[in-house]
Amino acid sequence: MKENKKTYWKGLEQLNNDPEFVKNADREFPELPSTLNEEGSASRRDFLKVMGFSLAAASLAACEAPVRKMIPYVNKPVDINPSIPNYYASTYATGGDYASIVVKTREGRPIKIDGNELSPINKGKVNAIVEGSILSLYDKERLAGPYSGGQLSDWKTVDAQAKSALASAGSVKIVSNTIISPSTMQAIQQLANANGNVEVIMYDPLSNYGITIAAETYYGAAVLPSYSFDKAKTIVSFGADFLGSWISPIEFARQYAQTRKISKEKPEMSRHYQFESTLSLAGANADYRTPIRASQSGLAVLALYNAIAKKAGAATVSAPAVEIAHLDKAAADLWASKGASLVISGSNDPNVQVVINAINELLGSNGTTVDFANPAYYRKGDDAKMNQFVTDLNAGKVGGVIFYNCNPVYDFARGAEIAAGIAKAKVSISTNGTLNETSSLVQIVAPDHHFLESWNDFEPKKGHFSLAQPTISPLFDTRQAQESFLVWAGDTTSYYDFLQNNWQGEVFTQVETGGTFQEFWDQTLYNGVLAINSTSAPLAPVGDVSAAASAVAKAYSADNSTPELVIYTKVGIGNGAYANVPWLQELSDPISKATWDNYLTVSQKWANDNGVTQSEEHTSKASITVNGKSLIVPILIQPGQAEGTFGLAVGYGRTKAGRVANGVGVNAYELLDASKGFVNFDITSGVEVSATGDSYKIARTQTHQTFMGRENVIQESVLSEYQKDASAGRSHPHIYKDGEFVKPSKISLWSGHQYSQHHWGLAIDMNSCIGCSACSVACQVENNVAVVGKQEVLNRREMAWIRIDRYYSSDAPADDLSAMEVAASNPEVTFQPMMCQQCNNAPCETVCPVAATTHSSEGLNQMTYNRCIGTRYCANNCPYKVRRFNWFKYHDNKDFAGVNVAQNDDLGKMVLNPDVTVRARGVMEKCSMCVQRIQAGKLEAKREKRKVKDGDINVACAVACPTDALVFGDMNDSNSKVSQLLKIKENTTSALKEVNEERAYHVLEEINVSPNVWYFTKIRNKDLNEA
Amino acid sequence: MLSKRSLVGVRLNFHTLAVLFFMLIGMQAFAADPSVANSDEAVAAGKTVFNANCKQCHKLDQKYTGPALRGASDRAPVETVKSFIKNSSAVIASGNAYYSNLYKEFNSLMMPAHEFLTDDDLNNLLAYIEYGDKVDPAAAAAASAGAEGGEVAEGGGIPSEYLTIILGVLVVVLLLILVVLGLIISVLTKYLKKQDLDEDDKEFVSQKTNLGKVFKSDMFVVIVTALVVALVAKTALDGLYSVGVQQGYAPEQPIAYSHALHAGTLEIECQYCHTGVEIGRSANIPSANICMNCHTHVQNVQGAEGVSPEIQKIYDAVDNNQPIEWVRVHNLPDLAYFNHSQHVVVGEVECQTCHGPIQEMEVVGQHSALTMGWCIDCHRQTEITTEGNAYYDKLVQIHSDSKDALKVKDIGGLECAKCHY
Repeated sequence: MKENKKTYWKGLEQLNNDPEFVKNADREFPELPSTLNEEGSASRRDFLKVMGFSLAAASLAACEAPVRKMIPYVNKPVDINPSIPNYYASTYATGGDYASIVVKTREGRPIKIDGNELSPINKGKVNAIVEGSILSLYDKERLAGPYSGGQLSDWKTVDAQAKSALASAGSVKIVSNTIISPSTMQAIQQLANANGNVEVIMYDPLSNYGITIAAETYYGAAVLPSYSFDKAKTIVSFGADFLGSWISPIEFARQYAQTRKISKEKPEMSRHYQFESTLSLAGANADYRTPIRASQSGLAVLALYNAIAKKAGAATVSAPAVEIAHLDKAAADLWASKGASLVISGSNDPNVQVVINAINELLGSNGTTVDFANPAYYRKGDDAKMNQFVTDLNAGKVGGVIFYNCNPVYDFARGAEIAAGIAKAKVSISTNGTLNETSSLVQIVAPDHHFLESWNDFEPKKGHFSLAQPTISPLFDTRQAQESFLVWAGDTTSYYDFLQNNWQGEVFTQVETGGTFQEFWDQTLYNGVLAINSTSAPLAPVGDVSAAASAVAKAYSADNSTPELVIYTKVGIGNGAYANVPWLQELSDPISKATWDNYLTVSQKWANDNGVTQSEEHTSKASITVNGKSLIVPILIQPGQAEGTFGLAVGYGRTKAGRVANGVGVNAYELLDASKGFVNFDITSGVEVSATGDSYKIARTQTHQTFMGRENVIQESVLSEYQKDASAGRSHPHIYKDGEFVKPSKISLWSGHQYSQHHWGLAIDMNSCIGCSACSVACQVENNVAVVGKQEVLNRREMAWIRIDRYYSSDAPADDLSAMEVAASNPEVTFQPMMCQQCNNAPCETVCPVAATTHSSEGLNQMTYNRCIGTRYCANNCPYKVRRFNWFKYHDNKDFAGVNVAQNDDLGKMVLNPDVTVRARGVMEKCSMCVQRIQAGKLEAKREKRKVKDGDINVACAVACPTDALVFGDMNDSNSKVSQLLKIKENTTSALKEVNEERAYHVLEEINVSPNVWYFTKIRNKDLNEA
Repeated sequence: MLSKRSLVGVRLNFHTLAVLFFMLIGMQAFAADPSVANSDEAVAAGKTVFNANCKQCHKLDQKYTGPALRGASDRAPVETVKSFIKNSSAVIASGNAYYSNLYKEFNSLMMPAHEFLTDDDLNNLLAYIEYGDKVDPAAAAAASAGAEGGEVAEGGGIPSEYLTIILGVLVVVLLLILVVLGLIISVLTKYLKKQDLDEDDKEFVSQKTNLGKVFKSDMFVVIVTALVVALVAKTALDGLYSVGVQQGYAPEQPIAYSHALHAGTLEIECQYCHTGVEIGRSANIPSANICMNCHTHVQNVQGAEGVSPEIQKIYDAVDNNQPIEWVRVHNLPDLAYFNHSQHVVVGEVECQTCHGPIQEMEVVGQHSALTMGWCIDCHRQTEITTEGNAYYDKLVQIHSDSKDALKVKDIGGLECAKCHY
């Protein structure tokens, strides 16, 4: 049955058949004592036995109609109707990340964020952080009003204080993350006009300063270019995780996926090389990935430059020789696809970026895949200025400082120095909405509205504008920061008027609508975005590569033997601004599958050398020292980690984020190096790592819900094979019956369902799934999925309805430690989203003793919570392990109040989807295929007396998916996208559809449970089918 | 039951008489101004205008919140009538004697302005007022008599109060029969004892009934136990089934709002206040501003003086921006999803089907059980309105082979995830 020789494994413990893994793999539910909710010394069961009858009797006697109030509006707003959602276009922009969004509100409460389809940048897509950011609106930590001297104050007092203090402060610095809002800059200008000496200093926690400086050196313009991955046939990335965290991952993932989707009509895809130290999301998706040391990365770039220069006939630069696998092959492919090639680097070293610019110039990428003439404004952070600011602050040269929605004490490399220096400024003000690491140290906190309560405008790219509008009245006595600036400047205009005036003067004049400004404004606000066509010719290089090349040759070394630390960013937590959102903390990292922690990623070799072992959650701690700063961190053996390097993620170790994030992990920003004039994420010297031997548990989901080694779960092939045979890599199981081998679908105990109206199905393209986990968070928000906290994840009781299974694969079986080193050195990675497969012959349905899980006439496997008595037979019988049991009452339970805030706080509960039941203790739950959306879509069609149109109904995961890897639709409708993808030609009401797409397969086809979820084989653009 | 029904009957009767009375007066005293057109189109168009704007306060032939309208064009010049409709306060201010008197007669209750009505609208409206919906007195009387007859027929059979009396009488009669039978037996026994009988017969005559033996017999114990068990079980089951069922629940509301008045007598459409019923899940309790559409002008019931204390509560709510906290009557459990628009728009179900005769309720009570069995029963029996709804085309086509009508149950109306998710 297996058609390749690879070994697939979810974790190292599966690879070496760790006894504990084997023990737990057999069990659906681990045998664990219940540690929570114990009622006294008598066991809970005894207590219930005794109390059962009397409780029942008492509650029967007490049954009276509860008096429940219904409170209508006094004056009902025309467009708000209870139970009917409203949608508002707005914008998410924090810390340099940008997405145009559509906010769904119910009864005036924002409950879900989706992408805005009209946006040319993110085209209706979002990522996990944008999805999760909605919960920060309902964060208990938000300030109730302005603070002065650590005390809650009022705006009048604070304004008077701020105004006089700023006027007498002398030089005032406004410290901020990248500001892409033109009107905000105007408001700050007003303040500058009023106060004279005001300077804006921008920095970004995830700095890309190196790129802008390199652009200035090489092209004469300090800008961040626009990238077009969709136009690239060959992509080479040196440590840039452009699918997970680098600059604008939503946009890049969407573009990238366009080059990865293949079909018989278009049997072509891009080829992606990744050279990196820590396995990133981009690296996991690469066709060829080479683990390299961070100290070699500059030389690798030089080597590539020389290889390309040779082909182009340009002058080469002198560089130390370095041996990097696949580099020559990459050069050859880049040159072959000249004009449609793209080379990027995640390094913040301007010299490396200059060489990257030179390579792209040689490849003719400038103006095609990289565009400096139409720059992006996501990152304007200036590390040098920020460095100077910190120095000045500590020297007492800064009179006043305003921290505009940023948290440099936590997320800037020299945060500790800022913390120490704030007191030296005469006046310190913060506009942060919470008392975080920075704002807890300032004199005045003038809290800004949450972004979902604000008016604002943005210019994310040249010629692209977008607006943000309030989707809820301010929950607290906060005030828009821009309005604060205006007030302090003595301007009493509201920011809304200010914004409109600014647009009337600046933007409206650039467009020819033929209508009035009000019409233009209303339409733009409705759309959320505005694109003004302006194409500029590509910039010509003005700089030279040789100086940068020699600097790189000097700064990097081919044979460093000391430990190196690479500080990276996780997909779920990002820069840590939304760390207090428990959905993001519990999102299992697509690579490590760890939740609720950051950790030191180490190679298997280092672990073997240092006697460090890891099995399931059990691991130990290490001490890492970087130039005198020490941290104690848990160890995670990460397959694919370059030998001699270590990885540590930022975004953790918050101390004043709130009760969810405080104390989770360690703060890696502290270890960043700002000594070279830019913030360096690759620390190649002065790093010491030693195992402390202390044991620790990391809550990882990677081996939970395993498939027990049935390996045709992942079916994959390579492009050349696919071009020869579209069904390459497919496994075709056959069952022996009556003397012949037949397809599993020919043998069934069931007579089969008939779906006369709809037949809902989901097609998942494993080629475009990049594992970004936006679907997981979207599902959690949409379906009120509980957060259970670290201990319960350790107990294997996570509740996620959709999980991303990450499989490593390698050629070598691992029988001993050294073989494991080989297998784990650089495995291939495959992502597989896994949710309820909505089987037509569902094994769960047949074992439920109370018929709580039943089949619908539309192909859905229905789960009825109020009928479920919690036998868990269904979960035991589910071959896909997608059913989740409510071991506890997760809502309104003080034991979970610290993690499951969306179901415990009065404030947090406002985010719940009112159309989905919050499940009680003791019932099973699972993916319902967003049945609430299906029902709503059908009802709308019925009310309008028409058929359901394809696209009317979509599931939350597919809506969020930035790469359109998930496609949902009606398989009874031959014109639907899903039917066309699956090539279902015949319009039949039978549950068994004839799927003619060669790549489409069912996971575990041999057991013939006949799922309604189809997977498409993974095709890698490799020469040979080997790991 | 009977008393309630007869009360309704009496009220109906009174109403009919009143209508007849007013109508007769109207027939005699009022004639339409000849300039008011009497065409079917104008009357029909006028009815629409009337229903949209006037119906809340006026009737054609009956004094109501405002005066009976028929004959309006005869009582004042047509142009004055029109300007009065458009802006009544201006006409009164101009010193028009007739309208000033009318204004006083109706407790100085000002009619809202209708400036938006066009001249055509007004002409049509007058046409309707004068010629629309005329009731032939004889027919009306007959109809009312018919209705009365219907009431009586419906009220036929034995009323429940009498049942107990009849049962009591029956028991007394049976007891009497028992006593008489006992007497007969004793008389016969005495007589037989005096006769010369053989041994067997003597034994038979003088034998005594041994009740103790009967009570101790296995058969008796078994039967009694079984009966007790069955009774207890039945009571317990009935009790359990009624847990959470609040049929008949009619809590006191913060405002003594009468559906009988608004929906019944005034015939205000349900959707006028329950705005969500055709568009969404909730029917919506009207916000105070909807009340104020009428109650800005209507300050008391049936022409009484001053502001009604109940209506004052609306004013207080609006003045203090303090919403009215109504008590929820229909408490569907959270685990069940119910959508009004599905039933009202798609299923074309009348409000009364589930909510009962709401137009007769002074205080709203829960009419239906709202249990799952109740839902399911309806889904089993209800045919789907498929005509003109393209959504159902395919289902109708597939179902066309079947002899039975297409019912909700046939398209998944009994499936769990239709209501539970």
